Amino acid sequence: MAKLVTIDDAANMVKDGMTIMVGGFMGCGSPHRIIDKLVERGVKDLTLICNDAGFPDYGVGKMVMQKQFKKIYASHIGLNPNAGKQMNEGETEIILVPQGTLAERIRCAGAGLGGVLTPTGVGTIVQEGKKVINVDGKDYLLELPLRADIAIIEAYRSDRMGNLQYRGSTRNFGEIMATAADTVIAEVREVVDVGEISPDHVHTPGIFIDYITGGN
Amino acid sequence: MEDLKSFIAARVAKELKDGDVVNLGIGLPTLVPNHIGPDVNLILHSENGFVGLGNAPAEGEEDMDITNAGGKPASIVPGGAFFDSATSFLIIRGGHVDATILGALQVDEKGNIANWIVPGKMVPGMGGAMDLVVGAKKVIVAMEHTNKGKHKILKDCELPLTAKGVVDMIVTEMGVMDVTDEGLVLTEYNPEFTIEEIQEATGCPLIISENLKKMEV
Repeated sequence: MAKLVTIDDAANMVKDGMTIMVGGFMGCGSPHRIIDKLVERGVKDLTLICNDAGFPDYGVGKMVMQKQFKKIYASHIGLNPNAGKQMNEGETEIILVPQGTLAERIRCAGAGLGGVLTPTGVGTIVQEGKKVINVDGKDYLLELPLRADIAIIEAYRSDRMGNLQYRGSTRNFGEIMATAADTVIAEVREVVDVGEISPDHVHTPGIFIDYITGGN
Repeated sequence: MEDLKSFIAARVAKELKDGDVVNLGIGLPTLVPNHIGPDVNLILHSENGFVGLGNAPAEGEEDMDITNAGGKPASIVPGGAFFDSATSFLIIRGGHVDATILGALQVDEKGNIANWIVPGKMVPGMGGAMDLVVGAKKVIVAMEHTNKGKHKILKDCELPLTAKGVVDMIVTEMGVMDVTDEGLVLTEYNPEFTIEEIQEATGCPLIISENLKKMEV
């Protein structure tokens, strides 16, 4: 069952050298309070799996600015010029993954699948080094699962069992990341009693969540 | 310049019909809804996780939980729905998007498109573009015909591809081209230009349609 912890406790679980998934799309739906704490603590040599590199002053971009990642998997880094600079200067290894493929690779890891076949990227540099599998006359790339040591995601509210509800377009990568890491931490704005969120309206079942932080 | 972009957007708008699920790229494509007739309701798909993308909210009305694919404040219209990224790209890859309209750095006569990277210069990443052009039922490239006189429509793309053989139609200020097995067919031309001028601005031979029409918006 999910355990309630402080933002400090949550951030302290992230250690140098870990692979972390961070929810959010250009900061929308990112766990901002945990990110701020990770910037403050200066944890380093991390591998990041995230949709993007954020903005320099919003979302995971703040950690990019502090050069806390040695490797980044993302679909887009264009709104954080510093990420491109680190890539070109060889400071940070950046692996660009088509957004739908990134989502499926995370989902695969969470779903116990050995990979996914996608037509996305066939005939492009994304294909390099990957197995091409032809099914009924059409080529697909075999894309492999992506797992993390820790996933930190954000939700609108949680009950005490970790059942999550998101708001607006913050859902993005949170739901799948919650399935694909050894430890899953949900930063929420409100923690409510069990039963307040109807089982019909739970987006991420609490069985995926190890720790809840934030709230009131 | 804005007039030129609006002209291209207005022509693209004629390709869309009531009820179409449409994904718009950044820049020029976002002007397309301004030119949709009153009888046409489009359902705009925003790849960060919803259908029913509405107008940008007024200043002071922003809700940072509702943003567009560029991370800017957006809105959702009545009847819209939010979902996660896996579902969003299931919609894209699974052929549930009727049309995607996007710009390009280069397009070629085989329907190949390059619009995500200029090695050594611009490395923003592909975002959702590779999935969109592979998965949408119709791929319309809306762009200026040349880059300050330099060919953008080519025999073979030179920049790294976004996808191979996916573009259906190219709309520019000079005309409308369909991608066919034989090559690019010019179906409409802007009478402000001669056919010779349009050919000269194009880096591959144009096949002139037997039913060539004037481009009207």
